[in-house]
Amino acid sequence: MLLRAAWRRAAVAVTAATGPKAAAPTRGLRLRVRDCAPRSAVPADTAAAPEAGPVLRPLYMDVQATTPLDPRVLDAMLPYLVNYYGNPHSRTHAYGWESEAAMERARQQVASLIGADPREIIFTSGATESNNIAIKELEAAIQPDTSLVSIMTVNNEIGVKQPIAEIGQICSSRKVYFHTDAAQAVGKIPLDVNDMKIDLMSISGHKIYGPKGVGAVYIRRRPRVRVEALQSGGGQERGMRSGTVPTPLVVGLGAACEVAQQEMEYDHKRISKLAERLIQNIMKSLPDVVMNGDPKHHYPGCINLSFAYVEGESLLMALKDVALSSGSACTSASLEPSYVLRAIGTDEDLAHSSIRFGIGRFTTEEEVDYTVEKCIQHVKRLREMSPLWEMVQDGIDLKSIKWTQH
Amino acid sequence: MAASSRAQVLDLYRAMLRESKRLSTYNYRTYAVRRIRDAFRENKNVKDPVEIQTQVNKAKRDLGIIRRQVHIGQLYSTDKLIIENQDMPRT
Repeated sequence: MLLRAAWRRAAVAVTAATGPKAAAPTRGLRLRVRDCAPRSAVPADTAAAPEAGPVLRPLYMDVQATTPLDPRVLDAMLPYLVNYYGNPHSRTHAYGWESEAAMERARQQVASLIGADPREIIFTSGATESNNIAIKELEAAIQPDTSLVSIMTVNNEIGVKQPIAEIGQICSSRKVYFHTDAAQAVGKIPLDVNDMKIDLMSISGHKIYGPKGVGAVYIRRRPRVRVEALQSGGGQERGMRSGTVPTPLVVGLGAACEVAQQEMEYDHKRISKLAERLIQNIMKSLPDVVMNGDPKHHYPGCINLSFAYVEGESLLMALKDVALSSGSACTSASLEPSYVLRAIGTDEDLAHSSIRFGIGRFTTEEEVDYTVEKCIQHVKRLREMSPLWEMVQDGIDLKSIKWTQH
Repeated sequence: MAASSRAQVLDLYRAMLRESKRLSTYNYRTYAVRRIRDAFRENKNVKDPVEIQTQVNKAKRDLGIIRRQVHIGQLYSTDKLIIENQDMPRT
């Protein structure tokens, strides 16, 4: 929160300083301030402000929070935002038919990525809505002893991969429904709903280089999994999710899934190499760094490191030229350390020192090297200022200290 | 139509790289250049003419995508990243 307030102050100072733009009707987007729309080509009549100089954007190393749109995805979506604007549920004209065709093509693309049948894919507004639909199934259960197991495929904070196939096997043999939130896993590791005996799966668009505001829920047909609709209305999506399907967004999700299927192996190899580089270079230059999460069952693109004797938030603020996070975005407003780290038994003080590095399809070696360099520099600097670090250097065991009350 | 010759494939490769270097966003630009090089290198020993034509057609479609995205990038450009050095060649 302190970080955002400081960022906003910097943003106000900069937007006051930018001058008029050149001829062509371009839209130079600068730092966004709280309530303001992006600056237009026409300069506002602001009072003369001191020249701030060119502002350079930070590197983006927070892909678990969200991913940039792949240019191939944007290219697929644009026609549906310009000319092909029909409602896919309009049955009586070409605008509707072409929109419906695009929607069904997207459905096939999503299904193909996870080994499902297109009839088993329901479009939603995101993985959160998909999770809610899947969990609500519990309340719509026919038999009193039916239950549901819900597991995250790849954890968004520490990158740990759960043994999905094994869990699926157990659930199937005990006749228990198996749901997985695959938001961080879809398109990154191979998933097959039949091999892994998954009954319900949540998919998020903006985690796989697709647009925000769209997702899907996979609902098995054989054997039939019954779900109750969260949202009632016109009966779209087989009655499981009423509301006009947003064609441009689902086209984007479909394109993202298709690209992911083609690029999965290439991306995985590259990301693994970059992750190895990041971890090795940090660990060989800094002592007392712990990687959180099981290193054997781990998705390489999500690296969570704890730097002992350094406070996580202060390290994040020091690394102002790199966009990073300490723990999940959905809980970043609170000051509580990560519940995930607490659950894996991380010490309280190490949990407060954790930073999550995200490596994605578009991350470069230069960005990794820059991040590593800055990280080492600032951890060393912050440790120099830390009395705890000084005590450790003097050989004092911190656990033996009896802290007095004042 | 005759199958694509080696010269045509090389022309396409150069055209794609040239166009990709015009992308305004650092991450998209570096990805496109890298991916194109790696993809052409990976497929350099393909012998089947049908397969070659399929790949060439896909590459032509991708070249179209890159051209459009170059334009869009220019329309909606923003500040450079901290590691983009104006003096260095655009990698």
